Amino acid sequence: MKKLTLSHLGNFSHSLNAAVYHIQPRFVEEIADIFVFARKNDLKIAPRGAGRSYNDAALKGGGIVLDLSLLSCVQAWDAEKGILRAEAGLTLEKLWQYILPDGWWPPVVSGTMKTTLGGCLGMNIHGKNNFKMGTVGENILEFDAILPNGKEVTCSPKKNSKLFYAMISGMGMLGVFTSVTMQMKRVYSGLVNVKEWNVPNLAGQLDALLDGAPENDYIVGWLDGTSRGKALGRGQMHAANYLAKDEDPDPAETMRVDFQTLPDTFFGVVPKSKLHYLMSLGLNNLGVQAVNTAKYLVGRDKNYKQPHAAFHFLLDYVPDWEKSYGKQGLIQYQSFLPKETALDAWTEMLKLSQRRKLPTYLGVTKRHRPDKFLISHALDGFSLAFDFKITNNNRAKLSEMVQEFDKIVLDAGGRFYFAKNSETAPETARQYLGDETIKTFRKLKERYDPKNLLYSDLYERVFAPLN
Amino acid sequence: MTEVENKLPAETPLSPKKRAIIVGASSGIGAALAHRLADEGFLVALLARRAEMLEKLTNEINSKHGETRAINYIHDVTDYESVPELLKKIISDLGGLDTFVYNAGISVMVGLKKYDFEKDRQTFDVNLNGALAWLNPVAELFQNLKSGQIVGVSSVAGERGRVGNPSYNVSKAALTCYLEALRNRLTRYGVNVLTVKPGPVETDMIKDVDGVLFPISAEQAAGDIFNAMRKRKQEVYTSARWRWIMLVVRNIPSFIFRKMTF
Repeated sequence: MKKLTLSHLGNFSHSLNAAVYHIQPRFVEEIADIFVFARKNDLKIAPRGAGRSYNDAALKGGGIVLDLSLLSCVQAWDAEKGILRAEAGLTLEKLWQYILPDGWWPPVVSGTMKTTLGGCLGMNIHGKNNFKMGTVGENILEFDAILPNGKEVTCSPKKNSKLFYAMISGMGMLGVFTSVTMQMKRVYSGLVNVKEWNVPNLAGQLDALLDGAPENDYIVGWLDGTSRGKALGRGQMHAANYLAKDEDPDPAETMRVDFQTLPDTFFGVVPKSKLHYLMSLGLNNLGVQAVNTAKYLVGRDKNYKQPHAAFHFLLDYVPDWEKSYGKQGLIQYQSFLPKETALDAWTEMLKLSQRRKLPTYLGVTKRHRPDKFLISHALDGFSLAFDFKITNNNRAKLSEMVQEFDKIVLDAGGRFYFAKNSETAPETARQYLGDETIKTFRKLKERYDPKNLLYSDLYERVFAPLN
Repeated sequence: MTEVENKLPAETPLSPKKRAIIVGASSGIGAALAHRLADEGFLVALLARRAEMLEKLTNEINSKHGETRAINYIHDVTDYESVPELLKKIISDLGGLDTFVYNAGISVMVGLKKYDFEKDRQTFDVNLNGALAWLNPVAELFQNLKSGQIVGVSSVAGERGRVGNPSYNVSKAALTCYLEALRNRLTRYGVNVLTVKPGPVETDMIKDVDGVLFPISAEQAAGDIFNAMRKRKQEVYTSARWRWIMLVVRNIPSFIFRKMTF
C-alpha cells in the first residue's frame, strides 16, 4: 500500500471536519487487505458511502475512512421481477436511473439521491413511505459483506438472520457491505399524483399524517418553526400516489431519465449551483420567518403530477443547499415519538426553541411504523426533523437546548436516528434502545470485531462508553 | 492506562475540540502551556522523558477538569527514528491535530574558558535535531491538511553569539532560522508558524544561574505564548520587554560585544 497521508474530510452538514486517512478501494478484494493494514498499523476504520450523514457516522479522526463510493457496479438486474444486485457504493441516483426506464422504482429512498446503498443499509434509512414500505432493510433480499476478520458472509432474513438484522442499522460497525440484492417496486409511470394542502397547526399536521397515511403511498409535512400561538406548528402537507396501470398515456416518455432530471436553473434564470449563496442571505431568524409566512400564506390546495425524482429528492433541488447555512454548518435534530405523546412533546419543544430565540429553520414531519432491525429509530408514530444553523455565538445555547429536547423526547417514549442527530449522549442511547439491545449489539461486536477495528467517531462517542 | 480510563471527550458539532502536541512538557514552559491549553479546552498530548513528572502533570490537569484532557507519552527527542510512528499514534489517539509545540530544550554549560564538543553535540541533538525530527513530519502533515499551527520555543539567546554558552546560542539561532524557513514554506498552505523567544523564565534551566535579568514565571510565559497563538502571530518575545532589549543587544557593535562577559 502506498504511503498514506492525512487529509481533511467533513460530514454532509459541514459541522465537523476531521483529519483522516481517506482510502478509496477500487476492487472489493482490497477491503480485506485494508483491514490487515489497519490492524498492523493500529488504526481504526470508519466505513463511508457518500458521506451524507449529518454527524460523525462516516468519520474517524486520525484513523482510516474507508470510502466505498467507487465500488458501484450493478451486478445483475432482472427487469421482469424487479430484483437488482449491486455493489454497495451504488448511489440511489444511479440506481433509479438504471431501473426506471424498465418500469421500476426503489421501494424506499432518502430525501437525497446522493446516498449509497451501503450507507442506506448501515443507517437503515426510511422515506416518506415508511408507514407503508418500512425501512430500506425490509426490502433487502440478501447482502454480502466482509467481516473485520476478512471473512465473507452472505445474509438474508433467513440466512445468518441475526447478522442481517444487526448489520442493517449497525452503522457499519459489524462489517462492510459489498453486494446488495434488493426488490424494486413496479411503477406504471414516471409521474406521481401529488396533493398539497395547508394545515393550521401541529395538531392539524399530525392528524393529516395519521389520516393521510393509509390512503396515500407517500406523505410528508413541512412545518413552520417560527409560527406561534394557535398557529404553532402550522405547515404544508404533500402526499403522493403512484399512477395506476394505463393512467399515464405515455409511460415510456415519462420514465425516461431525461424527463426526470431536475432543472438546472431556478425560475429559468438563476443557475441553481449558485442558489445557495442567495439562500444564505435569508437564513437568519427574521428571514426564515418572512419566507415561511409567505410560503404558508400562498399555500393552496393543489393537485398535480410530478416526476418521481422531483417529488422524492427535494434536498437535491438546490445543489449544495447545506452550504447556505454558512461556515459553521448546521445540525439536524430528528426525534421519533409515539402518536399518543407527539403533540404535547413537540409543542413543548417548539415553544422552547422560540423562547430561546433558536427557531428551527426547517421542520419536516413523517409517519412511521416499527421495524425489526437492531438499532431502530422507528416506532408507531411520527418523526419531526429540525435544522438548526450553527454560529459561534449560539453553540452553547443550542447544545443546552438539544439536551433539553433529548429529555423531553425520552420522557415521551421517543427515539432518535444515528444518521442525523450529532449530540446524542451514550446514556440517552441506552435509555431508548434498551439494555437488551445494547447487550446484543455488544455481543455481536465482540464476536465479529473483538479488536474494534471498525470504530467510527459515532461509535466511539455513543457506543464505546456503554461497554 | 486502559482505553476507557484514557478516553478523551468526544467532539460534536456543538462542542468542537482543538488538539495539540507538546514535546518537552514535563516542566517549565511546556508544563505551564499544557495547563493553559487544557484550561482553554484543548485536548493535549504531552511528551517528555521524565515519566514521573509527566504522569503527575497529566493527573493534575485531568483532575482539575474532571475529564481526560491530557494524555502522555514517554519520549526522548533524540530517539529520532521513533518519531513518525509515534506521531501517527498520537494523532490516532487524539483524533486529529491542530497545534504542534516543540518546547524540548537543554542548556549544557561548558564554562567560560572551556571547549567541549560532546556537550555541544548534546545541546544540538535535543534543541535542533530533535526539533527537525518532529517538525519535518509535522510540517508535511500540516501542508497536506492545509491547516495547523506550529509553535517552536526558541530563545532570545539565538540572536547573538555570546561568550557564555556558544552551542546553546547556535542551536537556538538555527531553530529560529528553521522556523522562519518553515513559515515561508507553509504560510501559503494556511499554516501558522510561531517562533517563541523567551527571555529568562523561572525554570529548571536557570535555577543555578545567578543574576538573571527580569525573570518571569513559566505561567506568564505560557500566557504570552497562548495569546500569540490565538492571534496567529509569527513571533513573540516573552516577556514583551525582551523585544526592545534584544533590539539593543542585536545592535551592540562587535568591538564592544567582544569585551562583554555575559
